[in-house]
Amino acid sequence: MPPSEHELRLRERLGRLKSLPLLGGARLSGELERLQRQIDRIGEAATDDEIWRTVELARHDDRPYTLDYVERLLEDWFELHGDRGLGDDAAMVAGLGKLGGRTIALVGQQKGRDIRERAARQFGMPNPEGYRKAMRVMTLAERHGFPVVSLVDTPGAYPGVAAEQHGQGGAIAASQATMARLTVPAVACVIGEGGSGGAVAIAFADRVLMQENAIYSVISPEGCASILWRDGREAKKAAAAFKPDAAHCLELGVIDGIVPEPEGGAQTDHDAAARLLGDALSEALEELDGVPGEELRRSRRARFRSLGVYA
Amino acid sequence: MAKIDVSIETNDQPAPPPKHPNTCPSCHSHYRDDELEQSLWVCGQCGHHFPMRARARIDSLVDSGSFVEEAADLHSEDPLGFFDLRPYPERLAEAEMSTGLSDAMLIGRGAVDGRQCELAVMDFKFMGGSMGSVVGEKFSRACDAAAESGMPLVSVSASGGARMQEGILALMQLPKTIAAIEDLRDSGQALISVMTHPTTGGVLASFATLGDVLLAEPDALMSFAGPRVVQEITREKLPDDFGRAEQNLRFGHIDAIVPRPALRETVSRLLRLFDAPE
Repeated sequence: MPPSEHELRLRERLGRLKSLPLLGGARLSGELERLQRQIDRIGEAATDDEIWRTVELARHDDRPYTLDYVERLLEDWFELHGDRGLGDDAAMVAGLGKLGGRTIALVGQQKGRDIRERAARQFGMPNPEGYRKAMRVMTLAERHGFPVVSLVDTPGAYPGVAAEQHGQGGAIAASQATMARLTVPAVACVIGEGGSGGAVAIAFADRVLMQENAIYSVISPEGCASILWRDGREAKKAAAAFKPDAAHCLELGVIDGIVPEPEGGAQTDHDAAARLLGDALSEALEELDGVPGEELRRSRRARFRSLGVYA
Repeated sequence: MAKIDVSIETNDQPAPPPKHPNTCPSCHSHYRDDELEQSLWVCGQCGHHFPMRARARIDSLVDSGSFVEEAADLHSEDPLGFFDLRPYPERLAEAEMSTGLSDAMLIGRGAVDGRQCELAVMDFKFMGGSMGSVVGEKFSRACDAAAESGMPLVSVSASGGARMQEGILALMQLPKTIAAIEDLRDSGQALISVMTHPTTGGVLASFATLGDVLLAEPDALMSFAGPRVVQEITREKLPDDFGRAEQNLRFGHIDAIVPRPALRETVSRLLRLFDAPE
């Protein structure tokens, strides 16, 4: 069977990486190996049904959330609360912890497990206060030289009256701008739903990863369907059209790597999922070790400035 | 005691009959094309601001004949092979035909009262002013041009948000334009952002709100989520001025609301304050 266009693009990306004098010298081989493994694994592009299956897994009720990973991966975790202005948003968690022996700052959206917690955490949809808390902690990390790790898991920023009055759009923009100025390493991983502006707000990172069954998209499948198909029930068609799965995001150069999950999805084994995520985060941080801050910032901006397809 | 609001349930009234684009939706005054052009598409009776096309906007702001367009030949591609009810390339071609533009933003250099600036102006008529790869690239190039020639950038936004047909790459135009603004900032140049009706979604959540000075036209909708989405999801009763420029001013999110006839003079003054080259 001839290689699919998808595979060809991955190969092209691998070729580009091989020829680039990228960050970290020898560490790069890990990245190359991972890409090679991904190429080997991906025989052909996902079908519509497979994409929808991924959407369902990304939203699975039993999927590990940010604090499930924090608990398994970070030592000495200390959660930081509040944006120092208006409130503390439970849909966004932030704090300090040790990953592999060194202090990192972690930010991430947090969904609730039962009905009460879901309501309290607003289904992982942050208000501007949440993004301002994340910015505050990222700035703190910058001051102390801590790498920033962000775990993305949100259907989107909260669409509410107060959220708008408190400047949701401006907060999402400012959060990205904060990350664009960091001189400490930043690694982001989409661990479930990467919903639109509310997700990218904390994903302006040097390395952007996605778990195997995560999705990352410009709008929810339902939202897209109701606008373009004028029928929210066409969500499956919409998802197939805008392809929010990890393989397509990798193909488009939006993410740098796919983090494997246990067989059947992360919800089947939280411990195993955490080990795999921890390995990927540590590897990405090691790659960025020793790169001067100015260079990190320059190449992070260049990375995002290169995204887009036009003629 | 709190009153329970049931207005959402009674919202299912039939849509009003389509109005003529030259009829003021606010006071129903009707204008000839040349009258609207003369008044900068502002209703002489009630002050309602009609939508304004990008080229007309540029003409209204810069010294006559000073505008030199840049990157006019950039066109969107179809990275996803996107097909909803119609293929994306067909929608693009149609938008191009009806607007005479290659995408939803024009960029270039101009002068306002002799002061040089770079301009990035959106056109809502091109696919709802949606931001895809071309808008992101043009805005970034405008930032670079301003940085290189040492002049401020003036942006005028009018957008429903990110362009769904370009999927995740459309979302990536948020960080892309922000990266370009940070590079512009490092060069010491200013960004003056003018938000017009509507500036919502991904454009509000990226370059539009990151200006050194933020201006808005009266009554412009400037919300991250649209009023319909907010009402559907939260079932909250929306204030009358939900997401409007006036609410944004009251809550401290913008510096000023500037009626269209005063915009040129305001931009001119800001260019003087930021020492734009003559």
